[in-house]
Amino acid sequence: MSTSDAPTRGPARRLPYVVAGVLLAVAIVAPLLVPLYARTDPRLYGMPFFYWYQILSVFIEALILWAVYLIVTREDTRRRAAVRDLPPTRSADDATGVTS
Amino acid sequence: MNAAVLAAAVPARPVNGAALAVLIVIFVLVALMGFLAARWRVKPAERGLKSLDEWGLGGRGFGNWVTWFLLGGDLYTAYTFIAVPAAIWSTGAVTGFFAVPYTIVLYPIVFLLMARLWSVSHRHGFVTPADFVGGRYGSKALTTAVAVTGIVATMPYIALQLVGIKAVLEVLGLGNASNPFLADLPLIIAFVVLAAYTYTAGLRAPAMIAVVKDLLIYIVIIVAIIWLPSHLGGWGQIFDVAEKKMAVTNPATGNPVGSVIPGAASYSAYWTLALGSAMALFMYPHSITGVLATKSRNTIRRNAVVLPLYSVVLGLLALLGYVAIKAGTVPVGANGVINPQLVVPQLFLDNFPGWFAGIALAAIAVGALVPAAIMSIAASNLFTRNIYRDLIRPDATPAQEARVSKITSLVVKLGALVFVLAMDQSAAINMQLLGGIWILQTFPSIVAGLYTRWFHRRALLLGWAVGIGYGTIAAYNVINPATHAHFGGSIATIPFTNIPIYIAITAFAINAVVSVLFTLVFRAAKVKDGTDITTANDYGADEHDPKVAKVTAEEKLLEPAPEAPIL
Repeated sequence: MSTSDAPTRGPARRLPYVVAGVLLAVAIVAPLLVPLYARTDPRLYGMPFFYWYQILSVFIEALILWAVYLIVTREDTRRRAAVRDLPPTRSADDATGVTS
Repeated sequence: MNAAVLAAAVPARPVNGAALAVLIVIFVLVALMGFLAARWRVKPAERGLKSLDEWGLGGRGFGNWVTWFLLGGDLYTAYTFIAVPAAIWSTGAVTGFFAVPYTIVLYPIVFLLMARLWSVSHRHGFVTPADFVGGRYGSKALTTAVAVTGIVATMPYIALQLVGIKAVLEVLGLGNASNPFLADLPLIIAFVVLAAYTYTAGLRAPAMIAVVKDLLIYIVIIVAIIWLPSHLGGWGQIFDVAEKKMAVTNPATGNPVGSVIPGAASYSAYWTLALGSAMALFMYPHSITGVLATKSRNTIRRNAVVLPLYSVVLGLLALLGYVAIKAGTVPVGANGVINPQLVVPQLFLDNFPGWFAGIALAAIAVGALVPAAIMSIAASNLFTRNIYRDLIRPDATPAQEARVSKITSLVVKLGALVFVLAMDQSAAINMQLLGGIWILQTFPSIVAGLYTRWFHRRALLLGWAVGIGYGTIAAYNVINPATHAHFGGSIATIPFTNIPIYIAITAFAINAVVSVLFTLVFRAAKVKDGTDITTANDYGADEHDPKVAKVTAEEKLLEPAPEAPIL
């Protein structure tokens, strides 16, 4: 054992990462489902659905990522605080196998 | 094509004085900023930027704002701004508008992967993606493969930025001179100045210039997207005219020229182009350089939330391709032939006063200088760290590394310039197409390594080789229906099926399967694997966690030498 292996974060809780993972999966898969949006109607100011929907989905995507950011950083902060209160030991990160 | 014949009768285009004057003023201002950046946020002790951390990563201290501008300038290149509307103008949605879902899907991927890469690189002082692969797998062959792929894929990308500048200069009426040297002189001057300030200021130069470039782009796009459609009768009419153009039969293929809404047959091409490009983009060394230059683990995550704003700009810009159809823009090159890549610069020149067109053209030209600088820095860092240091001079000092990198950046830019001047433009485009396929083949080595050490280093190398081999052959076999030339596109059917998809995705799937199968084989045969110098804790480290070099140095002072190696 050595101090270069001191844990940088405490053990992870599973739930925040599962929620974040699902949201990220949706954010990756949804824009790739072309049949959902490859249509002309309804038009917006004369612009076919295909175009305005994809530009609009940029904003939806940003909101999803913002939510994921809040979830992940909150858990990250908690894990870091958990290590700072403890003496450095090796156990934490290696044992759980849960990663972000 | 009769349009091309018609165009040939047009006399040499006049130089637009006002637009040219604005372009030159902005270029000079940007060049001055580039040189001043050598002293931007540099501690007195670090003057002269004598390490790769300082020269090649801007001191590893960029915060949210600088990173937003830097990555925006780095990822949304001038060539994108030229080529995407050009594709929309020529063939409609499939080959052009996929750039929007591409740059949407990109950010969840970045969010997921890049914080871990930042942390492990921070702990170990990694400067390049190949540094990480080397640290993780302990294989010189794999490191070299990743480094060489990165350099080779980046070179044509730099050349394409030059193509972007060339388009702007051509529309402005420069480049008509009968003397080929005089015709290319403006481009050569622009590139020599770029090379000089990149040499002096390193990554700080493009970071500072990116701020100007992005503000210009935002102003130009917002004005254009509001003013042009209202002037041309609204979006409804623009799309009607575009649909008529796309429905015309292409004599070379017997099919329609293109489509405004992709048909069911091109769904798989559309989404695989988006996904494959998104997975590939952050394997490019210039993107990773932007990530590793940030200050803390979460800077890149915060940026993944706000960077999509650029995708909106890209989407609006893409629509200018349709606007140009309605406006009747005729993009004629200096040689009198139709060149779709001139469509956006020409649209601005035709429909706006000279000074505003000048700002728009300057935004595109400066937009080429930013990524060209970052790409040359990234390629030089790869050469210095993973070829010069790993293979030739293992004991190179940080100052030597910085010197080698600075000189390499000049060589890289010279190479790109020669590429564009001496070879046909389509050579650069073909190489860029191949580069995208090749760079995705480093994905398993880099990304799997961020999460698991399960893969065997030799299996990854084998997968890489097979992926590159398949991708190259498949791309060669795509024939352009009009010119009958090879490398006619990036879409091919999946072997043994008739589903057309992006070649890079097929190659990646083959690569991944080979990597998994041979990992099992090599593990069963107990083939020796390399050493991993990273630990699980490294992947969660943040800016205030100590770097490994510092920790081990302190340990040596405090403890007696350990009997077994620490790691």
